[in-house]
Amino acid sequence: MSTEARAVHFPAADWNGGALPYRVGHRKLGMWLFIVSDSLTFSALLIGYSYLRASNNWPTPFPFYPSIVFSSVMTFCLLSSSLTMVFGVSASSRGDKAAARKWILATIAFGLTFIILHLIEWNHLIQEGMRPFFLPEHWVKVFTGPDGKPPTPLFGATFFTITGLHMFHVFTGAIYLSVVAARVKKLKHEDVEISGLYWHFVDLVWMFVFPLIYIMSVDVGGHLAR
Amino acid sequence: MSAHAEEHFAGSNKLFVSIWVWLVGLTLVEIFLAYRPMAIHIMLTILLGLSIIKAALIVAYFMHLKFERLSLILTIVPMLVVCIVLLFVFFPDSFRSSNLRYQHKEPPPVAPAAEEP
Repeated sequence: MSTEARAVHFPAADWNGGALPYRVGHRKLGMWLFIVSDSLTFSALLIGYSYLRASNNWPTPFPFYPSIVFSSVMTFCLLSSSLTMVFGVSASSRGDKAAARKWILATIAFGLTFIILHLIEWNHLIQEGMRPFFLPEHWVKVFTGPDGKPPTPLFGATFFTITGLHMFHVFTGAIYLSVVAARVKKLKHEDVEISGLYWHFVDLVWMFVFPLIYIMSVDVGGHLAR
Repeated sequence: MSAHAEEHFAGSNKLFVSIWVWLVGLTLVEIFLAYRPMAIHIMLTILLGLSIIKAALIVAYFMHLKFERLSLILTIVPMLVVCIVLLFVFFPDSFRSSNLRYQHKEPPPVAPAAEEP
């Protein structure tokens, strides 16, 4: 919007009631505020994780296969789901509700693929013996520091908490989008756009979880494979 | 506001595909970096830098914030950045608490053998 228009509308008239000062509906503004608060939840968890990591002997146990391969494919699924979602919102803005529904269903499919891959990846780690407050015995042997300091068992706690909360968001997002897809012909365009905001936010959080949790914990020297 | 303006959703599908290509490309760079030998703080800086770029691309184009009113952007973004920066207030304490722990440098004490009478 032009500077001139902002100068006319922004300072007073918009704030006197009867107008939308942000040029978005109250539901969309509500979703933005929810996203801000949820960002702070994930920020607090990721900073808490970094705090624990800096103050402990932290294991770096993730092998290329399965951990990094799985998490990379999961990242690809989420990024692609964001693309299909934005196509869906774009179709909805043109009034093409049938196409919007198809793109939203594709988004849900990518989201469910993400959850299934993530559960398989969790299962690998659980089979290996990782628990929220215990590490597998061979990890403890390999990652004990030269000063005899053992690796912290909190590795599992932070991993399962952060990735679990994110997976929960993907799961609730998939349910939300199913409802939107089912009712897309009755919903206004802005409601479809709001569901898109939530979905992109889930993708955005993964952009921080993936490097901090997975990439930073790669077993570069292949210590566990020896 | 007209009904037409309400329905408007800026950005072409071509633009969104190019953003997606950038996001996938940056992710591949991150995976490549994971296997490069480098100090952990340099790795962390690069990874966080790339993550912030990716997050900005998602927020600006996919979440459409670039095309919203400036007042909305100014309401949401600076507040979030300030709050996240404030969370780091606690961070230096992590290095202190690391040094407060028992260091495991010496073998655990053993009970002295009973003296011969």
